Amino acid sequence: MIQIRGLKKRLGTKQVLDGVDLDINKGETVVILGRSGTGKSVLLKNIIGLMQPDAGTIEVDGQDIVGLKEKDLNKVRIRFGLLFQGGALFDSMTVGENVGLPMREHTKMSAAEIEKRVTERLEWVGLKSVEQMKPASLSGGMRKRVGLARAIAMDPAYMLYDEPTTGLDPIMADVINRLIRSLQERIGVTSIVVTHDMNSAYHVGDRLSMLNEGRVVFTGTPDEARNTRDPLVKQFIEGSSDGPIKPL
Amino acid sequence: MPYEYARRRVLGAIAEVGRIAMLIGETFRMLVPGVSAFHLVVEQMNAIGVQSLILVFIVSLFTGAVAAVQAAYQFANTVPLKFIGTVILRSTIIELGPVLTALIVGGRVGASIAAELGTMRVTEQVDALEAMAINPVRYLVVPRVVAAIIMLPVLSMIANAVAIFGGYVVAVSSIGVSTHTYVLGLKQGFYMKDLYSGLIKAFFFGGFISWMGCYYGFRTEGGAEGVGVATTRAVVASCVLVLIGDYVLANVLFRFIFAS
Repeated sequence: MIQIRGLKKRLGTKQVLDGVDLDINKGETVVILGRSGTGKSVLLKNIIGLMQPDAGTIEVDGQDIVGLKEKDLNKVRIRFGLLFQGGALFDSMTVGENVGLPMREHTKMSAAEIEKRVTERLEWVGLKSVEQMKPASLSGGMRKRVGLARAIAMDPAYMLYDEPTTGLDPIMADVINRLIRSLQERIGVTSIVVTHDMNSAYHVGDRLSMLNEGRVVFTGTPDEARNTRDPLVKQFIEGSSDGPIKPL
Repeated sequence: MPYEYARRRVLGAIAEVGRIAMLIGETFRMLVPGVSAFHLVVEQMNAIGVQSLILVFIVSLFTGAVAAVQAAYQFANTVPLKFIGTVILRSTIIELGPVLTALIVGGRVGASIAAELGTMRVTEQVDALEAMAINPVRYLVVPRVVAAIIMLPVLSMIANAVAIFGGYVVAVSSIGVSTHTYVLGLKQGFYMKDLYSGLIKAFFFGGFISWMGCYYGFRTEGGAEGVGVATTRAVVASCVLVLIGDYVLANVLFRFIFAS
């Protein structure tokens, strides 16, 4: 379980997170909604320790990870998988080397075992015979799927998805949404999905939370979100420029 | 207003020096685990050293040739030409070999490291390493720094040999010095301490170039424009540090360590 309390983060002059409180229960998928620039990705980076908050706590299975030393933080990070918006694949490596990297770095698995696991994880995300390809020759959807295969290579307990469907055509977006769901069912992973794609949110989320001006302003099930009378949430879900959220 | 601007620039420069010192400190902290992934060091030795060979070869050959032409011109009616080998040898192994090699490699390798790491930074590949519990300094910086401090002295030695050969070709073919005279000049002017001092300089230059490339690469912000800025800064900083470092090291080596 992940429990976030009073999380604050300022970047330059902007208070990006201004007291975020959020609970993510074991085995569930929570979708963080919000406009671009509301701090969704910053929240993810705080959860995995890529950024340090100015105030607040982030407890992962009861352990506060804020201010942990690198060695201890790495023990927590190994339990996480993170899918980056652009895949963040290493250009200098092949697809197989990308997916196998965490295993080469953190396990004593033999080359044959790593190769077998790489093939298996690539098959989980619907890719076959791509191990020798370079990331530059992959389409956007394939890059995301390879990034996903790399993120699940170490059987993470937690998965973080940063805008998993952004930049994809609707069919590929649906493929990614189904993958997120199937992973939850297959390995029981607890997931946080950051997105502003409502189709994706309804598809993958057990609960939806909305960030606005650095705070969580709504948390509820997809049905509760659909039927909400909260003008902020209603405006966002309907994608209207009229309402309390002003265009930037 | 000018005071405020100056204050901000000075504070910014101090902060920059502090961040570079922290990167160097982190490199030493990660040295042993970083070097234990030796295949990464070998890859970088190839990229930094082997792939710079042709460039170093061409520049050194013509540097030696020019040194011979210049020596002959300046010796005219004042210094016997039998010293031409000595002058080319000593100027090459003390100064021209290590410094010119460092400037060439600083341009080529410093730019390439900054561009590669800068692109990795803006496309979140560096974040991906950290998220996978892989220390980016161990994985990216240590192999590059170790490879550079090994390969710069090697490249300098090669540059020395090629420059001396370039000087020989010009001395014999167009200045009228015999092979015997040229080689005698080399033998008379050779001191091990000159060679050592050149190699020590090259060792430090390797550190300057790789650390500047890594530092500005890691500090890249924005997109393609940010990568361009980082690359330029890395090359300028490497070259300036090589020249300032050359002066400091010359003082330390020749006034203290090899003074006698």
